[in-house]
Amino acid sequence: MATHESHKKRSGLMDWLTTVDHKKIGILYLLAGGFFFLIGGLEAILMRIQLMEPDSKIFTGELYNQLLTMHGTTMIFLAAMPIIFGFMNAILPLQIGARDVAFPYVNAVGFWLFFFGGLLLNLSWFLGGAPEAGWTAYAPLSTVAEDTGVDFYVLGLQIAGAGTLAGGINFLVTVINMRAPGMTFMRMPLFTWASFVTSGLILFAFPALTVGFFLLMFERVFDANFFNPDMGGNVLIWEHIFWIFGHPEVYILILPAFGIISEVVSTFSSKRLFGYSAMVFATVLIGFLGFMVWVHHMFTVGLGPVANSIFAVATMAIAIPTGVKIFNWIFTMWGGQIRFTTAMLFAVGFIPTFVMGGVTGVMLSVPAADYQYHDSYFVVAHFHYVIVGGLILGLFSGLYYWYPRMFNRVLNETLGKINFWLFFIGFHLTFFPQHWLGLMGMPRRVYTYMSGQQLDGSNFVSTIGAILMGLGTIVLLINIVISASAKHAATKDPWDGRTLEWAMPVPTPEYNFAQTPLVRGLDPLYVEKTAGNGEMTPAEPVGEIHMPNGSILPFFLSLGMFVAGFGFIYANWIVAIVGLGGVLVTMFLRSVIDDHGYHIHKKEVEADIKGGRA
Amino acid sequence: MNAGERLTDANFPAHPEKATLEGKNKFLGFWLFLGGETVLFATLFGTYLGLRKMHLDGPSGEELFSLPLVFLATMLLLTSSLTSVYAVLSLKQNKVRSLQGWFIVTLLLGLGFLGLEIYEFIHYVHEGHTFTSSAFGSAFYSLVGFHGAHVLFGILWISTLLARNWNRGITLANAPKYYLFALYWHFVDVVWVFIFTVVYLMGKVG
Repeated sequence: MATHESHKKRSGLMDWLTTVDHKKIGILYLLAGGFFFLIGGLEAILMRIQLMEPDSKIFTGELYNQLLTMHGTTMIFLAAMPIIFGFMNAILPLQIGARDVAFPYVNAVGFWLFFFGGLLLNLSWFLGGAPEAGWTAYAPLSTVAEDTGVDFYVLGLQIAGAGTLAGGINFLVTVINMRAPGMTFMRMPLFTWASFVTSGLILFAFPALTVGFFLLMFERVFDANFFNPDMGGNVLIWEHIFWIFGHPEVYILILPAFGIISEVVSTFSSKRLFGYSAMVFATVLIGFLGFMVWVHHMFTVGLGPVANSIFAVATMAIAIPTGVKIFNWIFTMWGGQIRFTTAMLFAVGFIPTFVMGGVTGVMLSVPAADYQYHDSYFVVAHFHYVIVGGLILGLFSGLYYWYPRMFNRVLNETLGKINFWLFFIGFHLTFFPQHWLGLMGMPRRVYTYMSGQQLDGSNFVSTIGAILMGLGTIVLLINIVISASAKHAATKDPWDGRTLEWAMPVPTPEYNFAQTPLVRGLDPLYVEKTAGNGEMTPAEPVGEIHMPNGSILPFFLSLGMFVAGFGFIYANWIVAIVGLGGVLVTMFLRSVIDDHGYHIHKKEVEADIKGGRA
Repeated sequence: MNAGERLTDANFPAHPEKATLEGKNKFLGFWLFLGGETVLFATLFGTYLGLRKMHLDGPSGEELFSLPLVFLATMLLLTSSLTSVYAVLSLKQNKVRSLQGWFIVTLLLGLGFLGLEIYEFIHYVHEGHTFTSSAFGSAFYSLVGFHGAHVLFGILWISTLLARNWNRGITLANAPKYYLFALYWHFVDVVWVFIFTVVYLMGKVG
């Protein structure tokens, strides 16, 4: 990125620690999320190795429980969400024609809180054992566990969750206040819409989890009695709070994937998205209904037929807007000039796979049937079809699609296709047999099974599939290394894009748009291309650009939370007070030090434009 | 115009808190944050409602709560909300000394409320109603304590804000900050109205 004489830039590590640039924070989210994705994947493969043969004794008992807890927790909170946030950071402001996000400083705080929270949780492996109460941490399993594993879970996720909430508010305000002239709500790309709705879900779902974690922490650290029946407590309170958060969470995860698929399908079919307004409406409706269905995780708890029926009907209703989306993607491809790039392959693979996960979802939403499926491998198959077959395929698609914009290099297409086929075939081999395993009675979360129960063959196939998925991911890593060492930078618009993120040169200038673009329709870049302009029409003359200063405070604020987390885990109040004191000091410094940012001079912007850098 | 520059009556905008993009962003972002805070307190209220009868051998809410004391605390907090409204009116009229005066009254009333709450908690502990004595105790101190912590944070916030800007007048940079504090303080006040109703009044009538 060009250095401007009006502002001294930090370099190297300090630049990354202090950055408030949404593009760099996006890369940080992607790297950290990718790292945790590898850890979570490794944990999954270790579990599958244990389950490859009956009566296996490789990872048993407590260790297996730790692997399954950490696999779920890591994948949801530390891999999937940060990678989504990575794309939101890197792409969303570009898509709406904004120079920056609304709260660049808060955005950095959000990243570092997530990072230190995830670090804290994973350090539990080396400090007395990881949590072992499942990713849902049901009481009393989580309240009576005597080692510190669950303490790491509750503090680590509390810190990471605070960062997520900060990120959600940032994106809501960015979308509402920072759109370029002409970028009306009904001209926003679907990825931006999906991220917007997801941020709304984060805002209203995460505080419930925050309270849940506080209650669990009070119970474990300060001997409170929320979930202890002997002292008048009630374990169901945890289940309700967790799922009031937990169900919106699955839509927090899948909606951005829907957005990515919409972008990719439209671009590589060279057609505008079919039924744009229906897609927007479906996204909002899914987000709304997502708050109405949490009890379907608790059908077997015994809340009675009336409660179960109401939540069952609400759950089934979600299939309608989701079906609208599926048909719209298919109709977008219909009659289009389809280019089967790697990104498009992942998107096309996503559609039938996600439908299969949706169908089992409707099966599970029938309470009477759910009594049979509950806590079996059928449920495991279902949620992996929607999360891996839905979200992860969407994230792979987004990675291949936006990689040139984020990293100035195009990923190799041949390796990309090998990546796709290994992962896609591996995925179905892993999880399709789990439907039968569940229907034949194999319970989830159990570390072994006996031979002679017709479970052997399917489990073996499942493990082979998991290894194929691992190989597919390794091909991706090789692809990244090769692309990084490639000499040729990407062109600014390698896919013949339709939306604003393809309108500026590579590497993206730090102020994104030298002149804020004028948006004249849905798919604004495509509109200008067909009008014969080839590039965006500016909405303003070249002028001074205001930029925020970088700051190390987000790093130290999050470090303070990290230290305080250790204090609470080990009930060492001095450490806890030092950590929280550090947090308060950084907040105090932030509020008393005036920081109005800096300006890039007009002549520097003009020089960038002349040099093809902006 | 520089955002840190003291505003004069001549160049004073109609809504100084929303005159800059940064101010607009803060204004909207803070409203959204309060939306999230609403869910946070709703979850605590739900937990309390589920556990409020579970006092075991300890005293029940009906035996513990003394409405005159809680009424006094309520009046202090409601009045402090009113004084923060006067402070915001002064903000919109560019009367910085009046703004400071009203916020100091707000701050003192908040401290008074906090003092009464601490006195109340100490009293309850002596009656055998503690954080660990029963599920009712845990839920009560969590809900009311979270609110009290919000009051304390508000006091620290406005103290820092006033001290830092004491001689700087009203600027486009600090107007949104004063305004946001007032929003926060109203929110904390509204939560207390619900606590007064759900915890104390419902506690008294069974």
